[in-house]
Amino acid sequence: MNQSIEQPNFEPRIVAFLCNWCSYAGADNAGIARMESPANVLPIRVMCSGRVSPEMVLRAFRSGADGVLVLGCHIGDCHYISGNHRTAKRMPLVRNLLGYIGINPDRLRLDWVSSAEAPKFAHVTKEFVETVRALGPIAEEIAE
Amino acid sequence: MMDAGRHPNITLLTYSEVEEISGYVGNFSARIRKRARSVNADLCTGCGTCQEKCPRKVLDTGFEAGMGKRKAIYFPFAQSIPNIPVIDRDACLYFTKGRCKICEKSCPTGAIDYEQKDELLDVDVGAIIVATGFGMWDPVQLPQYSYGLSPNIITGLQFERLSSAGGPTGGEILTAEGKKPERVAIIHCVGSRDHNAHEYCSRVCCMYSLKQAHLVRDKTGAEVYEFYMDMRAFGKAYEEFYERVQEEGVTFIRGRGAEVEILPDGKLRVKGDDANLGRLVAADVDMVVLATAIEPHPDSDRVASIFGLGRTPDGWFAEAHPKLRPVETATAGIFLAGCAQGPRDVPDTVAHAGAAALEAVRMFNQGEVTISPTVAVVNQDECVGCGECIISCPYTAIARNADGKAEVNPALCHGCGTCVATCPAGAITALHFTDEEIVAQIDGLLALTA
Repeated sequence: MNQSIEQPNFEPRIVAFLCNWCSYAGADNAGIARMESPANVLPIRVMCSGRVSPEMVLRAFRSGADGVLVLGCHIGDCHYISGNHRTAKRMPLVRNLLGYIGINPDRLRLDWVSSAEAPKFAHVTKEFVETVRALGPIAEEIAE
Repeated sequence: MMDAGRHPNITLLTYSEVEEISGYVGNFSARIRKRARSVNADLCTGCGTCQEKCPRKVLDTGFEAGMGKRKAIYFPFAQSIPNIPVIDRDACLYFTKGRCKICEKSCPTGAIDYEQKDELLDVDVGAIIVATGFGMWDPVQLPQYSYGLSPNIITGLQFERLSSAGGPTGGEILTAEGKKPERVAIIHCVGSRDHNAHEYCSRVCCMYSLKQAHLVRDKTGAEVYEFYMDMRAFGKAYEEFYERVQEEGVTFIRGRGAEVEILPDGKLRVKGDDANLGRLVAADVDMVVLATAIEPHPDSDRVASIFGLGRTPDGWFAEAHPKLRPVETATAGIFLAGCAQGPRDVPDTVAHAGAAALEAVRMFNQGEVTISPTVAVVNQDECVGCGECIISCPYTAIARNADGKAEVNPALCHGCGTCVATCPAGAITALHFTDEEIVAQIDGLLALTA
Protein backbone atom coordinates (compact mmCIF):
# COMPACT_ATOMS: atom_id res chain seq x y z
CA MET A 1 0.00 0.00 0.00
CA ASN A 2 2.88 2.33 0.83
CA GLN A 3 4.15 2.11 -2.66
CA SER A 4 0.85 3.11 -4.17
CA ILE A 5 0.75 6.13 -1.88
CA GLU A 6 4.28 7.04 -2.86
CA GLN A 7 3.45 6.63 -6.52
CA PRO A 8 -0.08 7.87 -7.06
CA ASN A 9 0.37 7.89 -10.81
CA PHE A 10 1.67 4.36 -11.12
CA GLU A 11 -0.11 2.61 -13.96
CA PRO A 12 0.68 -1.09 -13.89
CA ARG A 13 1.28 -2.92 -17.13
CA ILE A 14 -0.49 -6.22 -17.32
CA VAL A 15 0.26 -8.88 -19.91
CA ALA A 16 -2.93 -10.87 -20.43
CA PHE A 17 -2.91 -14.23 -22.20
CA LEU A 18 -6.39 -14.73 -23.62
CA CYS A 19 -7.54 -17.96 -25.17
CA ASN A 20 -8.91 -17.54 -28.67
CA TRP A 21 -12.30 -19.14 -28.12
CA CYS A 22 -13.57 -17.89 -24.78
CA SER A 23 -11.63 -15.08 -23.18
CA TYR A 24 -10.45 -13.25 -26.30
CA ALA A 25 -14.02 -13.37 -27.59
CA GLY A 26 -15.20 -12.24 -24.14
CA ALA A 27 -12.83 -9.28 -24.32
CA ASP A 28 -14.08 -8.54 -27.83
CA ASN A 29 -17.67 -8.62 -26.66
CA ALA A 30 -16.83 -6.33 -23.75
CA GLY A 31 -15.61 -3.84 -26.34
CA ILE A 32 -18.64 -4.32 -28.60
CA ALA A 33 -20.91 -3.76 -25.60
CA ARG A 34 -18.99 -0.58 -24.79
CA MET A 35 -17.99 -1.81 -21.36
CA GLU A 36 -15.11 -0.08 -19.69
CA SER A 37 -12.03 -2.18 -19.09
CA PRO A 38 -8.62 -0.81 -18.13
CA ALA A 39 -6.13 0.05 -20.85
CA ASN A 40 -3.39 -1.35 -18.61
CA VAL A 41 -4.20 -4.78 -19.96
CA LEU A 42 -2.07 -5.79 -22.93
CA PRO A 43 -3.85 -8.70 -24.58
CA ILE A 44 -1.98 -11.54 -26.25
CA ARG A 45 -4.06 -14.08 -28.10
CA VAL A 46 -3.20 -17.75 -27.77
CA MET A 47 -5.26 -20.58 -29.18
CA CYS A 48 -5.75 -22.14 -25.75
CA SER A 49 -4.81 -21.17 -22.21
CA GLY A 50 -3.00 -24.53 -22.23
CA ARG A 51 -0.50 -22.95 -24.62
CA VAL A 52 0.75 -20.61 -21.88
CA SER A 53 3.93 -22.23 -20.60
CA PRO A 54 5.59 -21.21 -17.33
CA GLU A 55 8.41 -19.77 -19.44
CA MET A 56 5.94 -17.39 -21.13
CA VAL A 57 4.76 -16.06 -17.77
CA LEU A 58 8.32 -15.61 -16.51
CA ARG A 59 9.34 -14.04 -19.78
CA ALA A 60 6.58 -11.45 -19.45
CA PHE A 61 7.82 -10.52 -15.96
CA ARG A 62 11.40 -10.35 -17.23
CA SER A 63 10.30 -7.99 -19.98
CA GLY A 64 8.87 -5.67 -17.36
CA ALA A 65 5.24 -6.67 -16.90
CA ASP A 66 3.90 -5.72 -13.46
CA GLY A 67 1.33 -8.47 -13.60
CA VAL A 68 0.33 -11.43 -15.73
CA LEU A 69 -3.27 -12.45 -16.27
CA VAL A 70 -4.14 -15.82 -17.78
CA LEU A 71 -7.75 -16.20 -18.89
CA GLY A 72 -9.26 -19.34 -20.36
CA CYS A 73 -12.55 -21.11 -20.90
CA HIS A 74 -14.41 -22.43 -17.88
CA ILE A 75 -13.54 -25.97 -16.88
CA GLY A 76 -15.71 -28.25 -18.99
CA ASP A 77 -16.16 -25.62 -21.69
CA CYS A 78 -12.68 -25.72 -23.19
CA HIS A 79 -12.79 -25.57 -26.97
CA TYR A 80 -9.97 -28.10 -26.86
CA ILE A 81 -11.82 -30.39 -24.44
CA SER A 82 -9.15 -30.43 -21.69
CA GLY A 83 -6.48 -27.85 -22.55
CA ASN A 84 -7.54 -25.65 -19.64
CA HIS A 85 -7.19 -28.56 -17.20
CA ARG A 86 -3.46 -28.27 -17.79
CA THR A 87 -3.62 -24.53 -17.18
CA ALA A 88 -5.54 -25.10 -13.96
CA LYS A 89 -2.77 -27.34 -12.70
CA ARG A 90 0.13 -25.35 -14.12
CA MET A 91 -0.61 -21.80 -12.98
CA PRO A 92 -0.72 -22.54 -9.20
CA LEU A 93 2.71 -24.14 -9.60
CA VAL A 94 4.01 -21.06 -11.40
CA ARG A 95 2.63 -18.92 -8.58
CA ASN A 96 4.65 -20.96 -6.07
CA LEU A 97 7.69 -20.56 -8.23
CA LEU A 98 7.27 -16.79 -8.33
CA GLY A 99 7.53 -16.68 -4.53
CA TYR A 100 10.93 -18.37 -4.70
CA ILE A 101 12.32 -15.88 -7.16
CA GLY A 102 11.12 -12.87 -5.19
CA ILE A 103 8.01 -11.95 -7.15
CA ASN A 104 4.75 -11.66 -5.26
CA PRO A 105 2.57 -14.60 -6.45
CA ASP A 106 -0.42 -12.25 -6.53
CA ARG A 107 1.09 -10.71 -9.64
CA LEU A 108 -0.10 -13.78 -11.52
CA ARG A 109 -3.81 -14.43 -11.75
CA LEU A 110 -5.67 -17.24 -13.48
CA ASP A 111 -9.39 -16.92 -14.13
CA TRP A 112 -12.05 -18.26 -16.45
CA VAL A 113 -14.00 -15.95 -18.76
CA SER A 114 -16.34 -17.37 -21.39
CA SER A 115 -17.16 -15.59 -24.63
CA ALA A 116 -20.55 -14.67 -23.18
CA GLU A 117 -19.03 -13.13 -20.06
CA ALA A 118 -18.08 -9.66 -21.24
CA PRO A 119 -19.05 -8.11 -17.87
CA LYS A 120 -16.82 -10.64 -16.09
CA PHE A 121 -13.90 -9.73 -18.35
CA ALA A 122 -14.32 -6.07 -17.44
CA HIS A 123 -14.64 -6.93 -13.75
CA VAL A 124 -11.65 -9.29 -13.58
CA THR A 125 -9.35 -6.91 -15.43
CA LYS A 126 -10.34 -3.94 -13.27
CA GLU A 127 -9.90 -5.92 -10.09
CA PHE A 128 -6.52 -7.30 -11.14
CA VAL A 129 -5.22 -3.88 -12.18
CA GLU A 130 -6.11 -2.60 -8.70
CA THR A 131 -4.39 -5.61 -7.08
CA VAL A 132 -1.21 -4.96 -9.02
CA ARG A 133 -1.44 -1.22 -8.52
CA ALA A 134 -1.39 -1.87 -4.78
CA LEU A 135 1.64 -4.11 -5.14
CA GLY A 136 3.56 -1.35 -6.93
CA PRO A 137 6.01 -1.51 -9.83
CA ILE A 138 7.75 -4.84 -10.29
CA ALA A 139 11.13 -3.16 -10.77
CA GLU A 140 11.03 -1.97 -7.15
CA GLU A 141 9.99 -5.37 -5.86
CA ILE A 142 12.89 -7.10 -7.59
CA ALA A 143 15.32 -4.38 -6.48
CA GLU A 144 14.41 -4.96 -2.83
CA MET B 1 -38.91 -40.76 -43.74
CA MET B 2 -40.14 -43.65 -45.87
CA ASP B 3 -37.91 -42.51 -48.72
CA ALA B 4 -34.90 -42.53 -46.41
CA GLY B 5 -35.86 -46.00 -45.20
CA ARG B 6 -36.05 -47.34 -48.77
CA HIS B 7 -33.01 -45.60 -50.23
CA PRO B 8 -30.34 -48.12 -51.25
CA ASN B 9 -27.52 -45.85 -50.03
CA ILE B 10 -29.04 -45.18 -46.62
CA THR B 11 -28.77 -47.64 -43.75
CA LEU B 12 -31.17 -46.66 -41.00
CA LEU B 13 -30.15 -47.74 -37.52
CA THR B 14 -33.10 -46.96 -35.29
CA TYR B 15 -33.25 -47.80 -31.58
CA SER B 16 -29.44 -47.45 -31.65
CA GLU B 17 -26.95 -45.21 -29.92
CA VAL B 18 -23.47 -44.04 -30.81
CA GLU B 19 -21.22 -44.93 -27.89
CA GLU B 20 -17.81 -43.89 -29.10
CA ILE B 21 -16.24 -41.90 -31.92
CA SER B 22 -12.59 -42.10 -32.86
CA GLY B 23 -10.54 -40.95 -35.82
CA TYR B 24 -10.75 -37.69 -37.70
CA VAL B 25 -12.38 -36.00 -40.68
CA GLY B 26 -12.78 -38.52 -43.51
CA ASN B 27 -11.72 -41.38 -41.25
CA PHE B 28 -14.10 -41.59 -38.33
CA SER B 29 -14.94 -44.85 -36.69
CA ALA B 30 -18.18 -45.08 -34.76
CA ARG B 31 -19.11 -47.73 -32.24
CA ILE B 32 -22.88 -48.09 -32.29
CA ARG B 33 -25.01 -49.99 -29.82
CA LYS B 34 -28.00 -51.46 -31.61
CA ARG B 35 -30.38 -52.10 -28.79
CA ALA B 36 -32.35 -55.30 -28.59
CA ARG B 37 -35.95 -54.69 -29.66
CA SER B 38 -36.80 -58.35 -28.89
CA VAL B 39 -38.20 -58.70 -32.40
CA ASN B 40 -36.30 -60.24 -35.30
CA ALA B 41 -36.36 -57.49 -37.93
CA ASP B 42 -35.72 -59.96 -40.79
CA LEU B 43 -38.80 -62.04 -39.97
CA CYS B 44 -41.22 -59.32 -38.85
CA THR B 45 -43.71 -58.19 -41.50
CA GLY B 46 -45.10 -55.34 -39.43
CA CYS B 47 -48.62 -56.84 -39.35
CA GLY B 48 -49.25 -55.54 -35.83
CA THR B 49 -50.96 -58.67 -34.47
CA CYS B 50 -48.63 -58.76 -31.46
CA GLN B 51 -49.50 -55.20 -30.50
CA GLU B 52 -53.19 -56.00 -30.84
CA LYS B 53 -53.01 -59.16 -28.68
CA CYS B 54 -50.65 -57.85 -25.99
CA PRO B 55 -52.59 -57.73 -22.68
CA ARG B 56 -50.37 -55.15 -21.01
CA LYS B 57 -51.24 -51.46 -21.38
CA VAL B 58 -49.05 -48.65 -20.09
CA LEU B 59 -49.20 -44.87 -20.23
CA ASP B 60 -47.41 -43.61 -23.32
CA THR B 61 -45.18 -40.78 -22.19
CA GLY B 62 -43.38 -40.83 -25.55
CA PHE B 63 -45.35 -40.16 -28.67
CA GLU B 64 -48.72 -39.72 -26.91
CA ALA B 65 -47.14 -37.25 -24.42
CA GLY B 66 -49.00 -38.90 -21.55
CA MET B 67 -52.41 -38.42 -23.22
CA GLY B 68 -52.88 -42.05 -24.24
CA LYS B 69 -51.79 -45.60 -23.63
CA ARG B 70 -49.75 -48.08 -25.55
CA LYS B 71 -49.06 -51.80 -25.27
CA ALA B 72 -45.89 -53.39 -23.88
CA ILE B 73 -45.04 -54.46 -27.42
CA TYR B 74 -45.68 -51.50 -29.62
CA PHE B 75 -44.89 -49.43 -32.67
CA PRO B 76 -43.61 -46.06 -31.40
CA PHE B 77 -46.19 -44.35 -33.64
CA ALA B 78 -48.28 -45.12 -36.72
CA GLN B 79 -46.23 -45.42 -39.93
CA SER B 80 -42.99 -45.58 -37.97
CA ILE B 81 -39.92 -46.42 -40.02
CA PRO B 82 -38.94 -49.23 -39.91
CA ASN B 83 -42.37 -50.72 -39.36
CA ILE B 84 -41.17 -53.10 -36.63
CA PRO B 85 -42.48 -53.14 -33.06
CA VAL B 86 -40.34 -53.17 -29.92
CA ILE B 87 -40.91 -54.79 -26.54
CA ASP B 88 -40.71 -52.44 -23.57
CA ARG B 89 -38.89 -54.84 -21.24
CA ASP B 90 -39.77 -52.80 -18.15
CA ALA B 91 -43.49 -53.20 -18.86
CA CYS B 92 -43.69 -56.63 -20.58
CA LEU B 93 -45.32 -59.33 -18.41
CA TYR B 94 -42.87 -61.98 -19.64
CA PHE B 95 -39.82 -59.89 -18.77
CA THR B 96 -41.21 -58.67 -15.43
CA LYS B 97 -43.19 -61.71 -14.23
CA GLY B 98 -41.84 -64.52 -16.40
CA ARG B 99 -45.11 -65.55 -18.04
CA CYS B 100 -47.44 -64.52 -20.89
CA LYS B 101 -45.63 -64.91 -24.25
CA ILE B 102 -48.89 -64.06 -26.03
CA CYS B 103 -47.02 -62.06 -28.65
CA GLU B 104 -44.82 -65.05 -29.46
CA LYS B 105 -47.88 -67.27 -29.86
CA SER B 106 -49.74 -64.75 -31.98
CA CYS B 107 -46.87 -63.82 -34.30
CA PRO B 108 -47.48 -65.48 -37.69
CA THR B 109 -43.80 -65.41 -38.69
CA GLY B 110 -42.16 -66.35 -35.37
CA ALA B 111 -40.31 -63.04 -35.21
CA ILE B 112 -40.50 -62.55 -31.42
CA ASP B 113 -37.10 -63.16 -29.85
CA TYR B 114 -37.00 -62.73 -26.09
CA GLU B 115 -33.32 -63.68 -25.98
CA GLN B 116 -32.19 -60.94 -28.38
CA LYS B 117 -29.13 -59.05 -27.10
CA ASP B 118 -27.75 -55.57 -27.82
CA GLU B 119 -25.41 -55.64 -30.80
CA LEU B 120 -22.25 -53.55 -31.08
CA LEU B 121 -21.42 -52.34 -34.57
CA ASP B 122 -18.20 -50.64 -35.65
CA VAL B 123 -18.81 -48.44 -38.65
CA ASP B 124 -16.27 -46.43 -40.64
CA VAL B 125 -17.65 -43.09 -41.74
CA GLY B 126 -16.23 -39.99 -43.39
CA ALA B 127 -18.52 -37.36 -41.88
CA ILE B 128 -21.01 -37.14 -39.06
CA ILE B 129 -24.23 -35.11 -38.88
CA VAL B 130 -25.60 -34.59 -35.40
CA ALA B 131 -29.36 -34.15 -35.60
CA THR B 132 -30.47 -35.14 -32.12
CA GLY B 133 -33.37 -32.71 -31.92
CA PHE B 134 -34.73 -31.10 -28.80
CA GLY B 135 -36.38 -31.84 -25.49
CA MET B 136 -39.48 -30.26 -23.99
CA TRP B 137 -39.14 -28.00 -20.98
CA ASP B 138 -41.20 -29.35 -18.08
CA PRO B 139 -43.68 -26.68 -16.89
CA VAL B 140 -43.79 -28.22 -13.39
CA GLN B 141 -40.69 -26.08 -12.79
CA LEU B 142 -42.78 -22.89 -12.71
CA PRO B 143 -45.56 -23.69 -10.18
CA GLN B 144 -47.64 -20.59 -10.99
CA TYR B 145 -48.95 -22.40 -14.08
CA SER B 146 -50.38 -25.23 -11.89
CA TYR B 147 -49.27 -27.80 -14.45
CA GLY B 148 -49.96 -31.32 -13.25
CA LEU B 149 -52.62 -30.18 -10.77
CA SER B 150 -55.50 -30.27 -13.24
CA PRO B 151 -55.88 -32.61 -16.24
CA ASN B 152 -57.20 -29.66 -18.22
CA ILE B 153 -53.90 -27.79 -18.04
CA ILE B 154 -51.91 -29.28 -20.90
CA THR B 155 -48.84 -28.47 -22.94
CA GLY B 156 -48.85 -27.61 -26.62
CA LEU B 157 -47.50 -31.06 -27.45
CA GLN B 158 -50.34 -32.71 -25.52
CA PHE B 159 -52.83 -30.55 -27.38
CA GLU B 160 -51.36 -31.89 -30.63
CA ARG B 161 -52.35 -35.42 -29.52
CA LEU B 162 -55.87 -34.21 -28.68
CA SER B 163 -56.35 -32.65 -32.07
CA SER B 164 -54.75 -35.53 -34.01
CA ALA B 165 -57.10 -37.90 -35.81
CA GLY B 166 -54.86 -40.76 -34.58
CA GLY B 167 -54.82 -39.47 -31.01
CA PRO B 168 -56.66 -40.69 -27.92
CA THR B 169 -59.86 -38.75 -28.69
CA GLY B 170 -59.80 -39.44 -32.41
CA GLY B 171 -59.13 -35.80 -33.12
CA GLU B 172 -61.89 -34.29 -31.00
CA ILE B 173 -60.76 -31.49 -28.76
CA LEU B 174 -62.25 -32.48 -25.41
CA THR B 175 -61.60 -31.63 -21.78
CA ALA B 176 -60.61 -34.39 -19.36
CA GLU B 177 -64.33 -34.70 -18.53
CA GLY B 178 -65.03 -35.60 -22.16
CA LYS B 179 -66.88 -32.37 -22.96
CA LYS B 180 -66.25 -29.81 -25.64
CA PRO B 181 -64.58 -26.81 -24.02
CA GLU B 182 -66.45 -23.50 -24.18
CA ARG B 183 -63.48 -21.30 -23.39
CA VAL B 184 -59.81 -22.08 -23.91
CA ALA B 185 -56.73 -20.07 -22.88
CA ILE B 186 -53.37 -20.37 -24.60
CA ILE B 187 -50.35 -18.99 -22.75
CA HIS B 188 -47.25 -18.15 -24.76
CA CYS B 189 -43.62 -18.11 -23.61
CA VAL B 190 -43.96 -20.70 -20.83
CA GLY B 191 -40.36 -21.44 -19.93
CA SER B 192 -38.89 -19.25 -22.67
CA ARG B 193 -38.07 -15.53 -22.62
CA ASP B 194 -38.14 -15.91 -18.86
CA HIS B 195 -35.23 -15.19 -16.53
CA ASN B 196 -36.49 -17.93 -14.22
CA ALA B 197 -36.32 -20.54 -16.99
CA HIS B 198 -34.80 -20.22 -20.47
CA GLU B 199 -33.89 -16.73 -21.56
CA TYR B 200 -33.94 -17.47 -25.28
CA CYS B 201 -36.99 -17.28 -27.54
CA SER B 202 -38.08 -20.81 -28.31
CA ARG B 203 -39.18 -19.62 -31.75
CA VAL B 204 -41.74 -22.22 -32.76
CA CYS B 205 -44.36 -21.62 -30.05
CA CYS B 206 -46.00 -18.47 -31.46
CA MET B 207 -46.89 -20.17 -34.70
CA TYR B 208 -48.03 -23.48 -33.22
CA SER B 209 -50.14 -21.59 -30.68
CA LEU B 210 -51.80 -19.65 -33.48
CA LYS B 211 -52.46 -22.90 -35.29
CA GLN B 212 -53.92 -24.41 -32.14
CA ALA B 213 -56.14 -21.36 -31.61
CA HIS B 214 -57.36 -21.82 -35.17
CA LEU B 215 -58.05 -25.53 -34.53
CA VAL B 216 -60.01 -24.79 -31.36
CA ARG B 217 -62.14 -22.19 -33.17
CA ASP B 218 -62.61 -24.50 -36.13
CA LYS B 219 -63.40 -27.73 -34.27
CA THR B 220 -65.26 -26.53 -31.19
CA GLY B 221 -66.22 -22.91 -31.75
CA ALA B 222 -64.97 -22.17 -28.23
CA GLU B 223 -63.78 -18.72 -27.24
CA VAL B 224 -59.99 -18.56 -27.29
CA TYR B 225 -57.85 -16.22 -25.17
CA GLU B 226 -54.20 -15.97 -26.18
CA PHE B 227 -51.82 -14.41 -23.68
CA TYR B 228 -48.73 -13.34 -25.59
CA MET B 229 -45.81 -10.97 -25.00
CA ASP B 230 -44.80 -10.40 -28.63
CA MET B 231 -46.21 -12.23 -31.61
CA ARG B 232 -43.25 -13.57 -33.54
CA ALA B 233 -44.78 -14.44 -36.89
CA PHE B 234 -41.36 -14.45 -38.51
CA GLY B 235 -41.64 -16.70 -41.55
CA LYS B 236 -43.09 -16.63 -45.01
CA ALA B 237 -46.90 -16.38 -44.90
CA TYR B 238 -46.81 -16.45 -41.09
CA GLU B 239 -47.99 -12.85 -40.60
CA GLU B 240 -50.88 -13.51 -42.97
CA PHE B 241 -51.84 -16.53 -40.89
CA TYR B 242 -51.74 -14.41 -37.73
CA GLU B 243 -54.15 -11.96 -39.36
CA ARG B 244 -56.44 -14.79 -40.40
CA VAL B 245 -56.58 -16.13 -36.82
CA GLN B 246 -57.35 -12.61 -35.59
CA GLU B 247 -60.24 -12.46 -38.04
CA GLU B 248 -61.50 -15.81 -36.76
CA GLY B 249 -62.37 -14.10 -33.50
CA VAL B 250 -59.55 -15.17 -31.19
CA THR B 251 -59.04 -12.71 -28.31
CA PHE B 252 -55.41 -11.66 -28.10
CA ILE B 253 -54.16 -10.31 -24.78
CA ARG B 254 -50.78 -8.66 -24.91
CA GLY B 255 -48.98 -9.58 -21.69
CA ARG B 256 -47.51 -12.61 -20.00
CA GLY B 257 -50.03 -15.06 -18.57
CA ALA B 258 -48.96 -14.81 -14.95
CA GLU B 259 -50.88 -17.49 -13.11
CA VAL B 260 -53.37 -20.31 -13.54
CA GLU B 261 -55.69 -20.77 -10.57
CA ILE B 262 -57.84 -23.88 -10.16
CA LEU B 263 -61.29 -22.78 -8.97
CA PRO B 264 -63.35 -24.96 -6.56
CA ASP B 265 -65.65 -26.10 -9.40
CA GLY B 266 -62.62 -27.30 -11.38
CA LYS B 267 -62.66 -24.39 -13.81
CA LEU B 268 -59.41 -22.60 -14.48
CA ARG B 269 -58.80 -18.91 -13.98
CA VAL B 270 -55.94 -17.45 -16.01
CA LYS B 271 -54.63 -14.16 -14.67
CA GLY B 272 -52.31 -11.82 -16.44
CA ASP B 273 -51.72 -8.24 -17.30
CA ASP B 274 -52.90 -6.62 -20.48
CA ALA B 275 -50.15 -4.23 -21.47
CA ASN B 276 -52.36 -2.55 -24.07
CA LEU B 277 -55.12 -1.81 -21.56
CA GLY B 278 -52.61 -1.19 -18.78
CA ARG B 279 -54.45 -3.29 -16.21
CA LEU B 280 -54.75 -6.79 -14.81
CA VAL B 281 -57.13 -9.18 -16.54
CA ALA B 282 -58.47 -12.66 -15.84
CA ALA B 283 -60.30 -15.27 -17.90
CA ASP B 284 -62.22 -18.28 -16.57
CA VAL B 285 -61.73 -21.17 -18.97
CA ASP B 286 -62.24 -24.93 -19.32
CA MET B 287 -58.81 -25.71 -20.76
CA VAL B 288 -55.38 -24.10 -20.62
CA VAL B 289 -52.72 -24.83 -23.22
CA LEU B 290 -49.17 -23.91 -22.20
CA ALA B 291 -46.86 -23.09 -25.10
CA THR B 292 -43.85 -24.62 -23.41
CA ALA B 293 -40.32 -23.92 -24.53
CA ILE B 294 -38.20 -26.38 -26.43
CA GLU B 295 -34.84 -26.96 -24.83
CA PRO B 296 -31.64 -28.92 -25.55
CA HIS B 297 -32.21 -32.66 -25.54
CA PRO B 298 -31.67 -34.20 -22.08
CA ASP B 299 -28.91 -36.41 -23.57
CA SER B 300 -26.91 -33.40 -24.75
CA ASP B 301 -24.17 -33.76 -22.13
CA ARG B 302 -23.39 -37.29 -23.27
CA VAL B 303 -23.68 -36.49 -26.96
CA ALA B 304 -21.37 -33.48 -26.52
CA SER B 305 -18.69 -35.57 -24.82
CA ILE B 306 -18.94 -38.46 -27.33
CA PHE B 307 -18.67 -36.20 -30.39
CA GLY B 308 -16.45 -33.55 -28.78
CA LEU B 309 -19.00 -30.80 -29.42
CA GLY B 310 -18.97 -27.34 -27.89
CA ARG B 311 -22.15 -25.87 -26.40
CA THR B 312 -23.49 -22.35 -26.20
CA PRO B 313 -24.34 -21.06 -22.70
CA ASP B 314 -28.00 -22.05 -23.18
CA GLY B 315 -26.95 -25.65 -23.84
CA TRP B 316 -27.46 -26.03 -27.60
CA PHE B 317 -24.58 -27.47 -29.62
CA ALA B 318 -22.26 -24.74 -30.83
CA GLU B 319 -21.81 -24.06 -34.51
CA ALA B 320 -18.39 -23.00 -35.85
CA HIS B 321 -19.64 -19.46 -36.52
CA PRO B 322 -23.14 -18.15 -35.77
CA LYS B 323 -23.50 -16.38 -39.11
CA LEU B 324 -20.95 -17.72 -41.55
CA ARG B 325 -20.64 -21.40 -40.62
CA PRO B 326 -23.99 -22.34 -39.08
CA VAL B 327 -23.89 -26.08 -39.84
CA GLU B 328 -20.24 -26.87 -39.17
CA THR B 329 -18.85 -27.57 -35.71
CA ALA B 330 -15.39 -26.79 -34.38
CA THR B 331 -14.44 -30.38 -35.24
CA ALA B 332 -13.85 -30.88 -38.95
CA GLY B 333 -16.20 -33.43 -40.49
CA ILE B 334 -18.93 -33.11 -37.84
CA PHE B 335 -22.00 -31.09 -38.81
CA LEU B 336 -25.18 -30.02 -37.05
CA ALA B 337 -28.73 -30.14 -38.34
CA GLY B 338 -31.97 -28.84 -36.91
CA CYS B 339 -32.84 -28.16 -33.30
CA ALA B 340 -29.64 -29.78 -32.01
CA GLN B 341 -28.08 -26.39 -32.83
CA GLY B 342 -30.92 -24.14 -31.67
CA PRO B 343 -34.71 -23.75 -31.80
CA ARG B 344 -36.09 -23.72 -35.34
CA ASP B 345 -39.29 -24.69 -37.11
CA VAL B 346 -39.85 -27.31 -39.80
CA PRO B 347 -38.94 -25.33 -42.96
CA ASP B 348 -35.81 -23.97 -41.31
CA THR B 349 -34.86 -27.44 -40.07
CA VAL B 350 -35.28 -28.89 -43.55
CA ALA B 351 -33.07 -26.12 -44.98
CA HIS B 352 -30.48 -26.55 -42.22
CA ALA B 353 -30.39 -30.32 -42.65
CA GLY B 354 -30.03 -29.95 -46.41
CA ALA B 355 -27.11 -27.60 -45.86
CA ALA B 356 -25.46 -30.06 -43.47
CA ALA B 357 -25.88 -32.95 -45.91
CA LEU B 358 -24.48 -30.85 -48.72
CA GLU B 359 -21.49 -29.73 -46.66
CA ALA B 360 -20.66 -33.40 -46.05
CA VAL B 361 -21.09 -34.30 -49.73
CA ARG B 362 -19.05 -31.29 -50.84
CA MET B 363 -16.24 -32.43 -48.58
CA PHE B 364 -16.31 -35.94 -50.09
CA ASN B 365 -16.38 -34.66 -53.66
CA GLN B 366 -13.33 -32.51 -53.09
CA GLY B 367 -11.46 -35.63 -52.07
CA GLU B 368 -9.23 -33.65 -49.75
CA VAL B 369 -9.83 -31.37 -46.80
CA THR B 370 -8.34 -28.04 -45.92
CA ILE B 371 -7.14 -27.91 -42.35
CA SER B 372 -6.14 -24.93 -40.27
CA PRO B 373 -2.43 -24.13 -40.56
CA THR B 374 -2.19 -23.62 -36.79
CA VAL B 375 -0.96 -27.11 -35.94
CA ALA B 376 1.91 -28.36 -33.83
CA VAL B 377 5.07 -29.89 -35.26
CA VAL B 378 7.74 -31.85 -33.41
CA ASN B 379 11.43 -31.14 -34.00
CA GLN B 380 12.68 -34.70 -34.29
CA ASP B 381 16.24 -33.71 -33.34
CA GLU B 382 15.17 -32.26 -30.00
CA CYS B 383 12.43 -34.73 -29.00
CA VAL B 384 13.58 -37.09 -26.27
CA GLY B 385 10.53 -39.33 -26.60
CA CYS B 386 9.31 -38.85 -23.03
CA GLY B 387 5.67 -39.00 -24.11
CA GLU B 388 4.41 -36.10 -21.98
CA CYS B 389 2.84 -34.50 -25.05
CA ILE B 390 0.99 -37.71 -25.89
CA ILE B 391 -0.68 -37.58 -22.47
CA SER B 392 -1.43 -33.87 -22.72
CA CYS B 393 -3.05 -33.91 -26.18
CA PRO B 394 -6.85 -33.65 -25.91
CA TYR B 395 -7.26 -35.10 -29.44
CA THR B 396 -4.89 -38.10 -29.36
CA ALA B 397 -3.20 -36.41 -32.31
CA ILE B 398 0.30 -37.32 -31.13
CA ALA B 399 1.84 -40.77 -31.33
CA ARG B 400 5.31 -42.25 -31.19
CA ASN B 401 6.88 -42.94 -34.57
CA ALA B 402 9.27 -45.76 -35.48
CA ASP B 403 12.17 -43.87 -33.84
CA GLY B 404 10.28 -43.67 -30.55
CA LYS B 405 9.82 -39.95 -30.98
CA ALA B 406 6.61 -37.95 -30.92
CA GLU B 407 4.90 -37.14 -34.16
CA VAL B 408 1.77 -34.99 -34.67
CA ASN B 409 -0.97 -36.09 -37.06
CA PRO B 410 -1.91 -32.72 -38.60
CA ALA B 411 -5.38 -33.99 -39.56
CA LEU B 412 -6.18 -34.61 -35.90
CA CYS B 413 -4.32 -31.64 -34.39
CA HIS B 414 -6.49 -28.65 -33.58
CA GLY B 415 -3.58 -26.38 -32.73
CA CYS B 416 -4.37 -25.68 -29.07
CA GLY B 417 -0.67 -25.72 -28.18
CA THR B 418 -1.04 -27.58 -24.90
CA CYS B 419 1.70 -30.00 -25.97
CA VAL B 420 3.99 -27.07 -26.80
CA ALA B 421 3.70 -25.72 -23.27
CA THR B 422 4.05 -29.22 -21.83
CA CYS B 423 7.14 -30.44 -23.73
CA PRO B 424 10.07 -30.38 -21.28
CA ALA B 425 12.58 -30.35 -24.13
CA GLY B 426 10.93 -27.45 -25.96
CA ALA B 427 10.86 -29.63 -29.03
CA ILE B 428 7.33 -28.78 -30.21
CA THR B 429 6.40 -25.66 -32.15
CA ALA B 430 2.86 -24.38 -32.58
CA LEU B 431 2.83 -22.99 -36.09
CA HIS B 432 1.70 -19.34 -36.16
CA PHE B 433 1.86 -19.24 -32.37
CA THR B 434 5.56 -19.95 -31.90
CA ASP B 435 7.42 -18.96 -28.75
CA GLU B 436 9.28 -16.33 -30.76
CA GLU B 437 6.06 -14.80 -32.03
CA ILE B 438 4.49 -14.63 -28.57
CA VAL B 439 7.66 -13.24 -26.97
CA ALA B 440 7.87 -10.61 -29.72
CA GLN B 441 4.29 -9.60 -28.89
CA ILE B 442 5.05 -9.38 -25.16
CA ASP B 443 8.17 -7.31 -25.75
CA GLY B 444 6.50 -5.17 -28.38
CA LEU B 445 3.48 -4.35 -26.22
CA LEU B 446 5.62 -3.61 -23.16
CA ALA B 447 7.98 -1.43 -25.21
CA LEU B 448 5.03 0.55 -26.56
CA THR B 449 3.74 1.30 -23.08
CA ALA B 450 7.15 1.81 -21.39
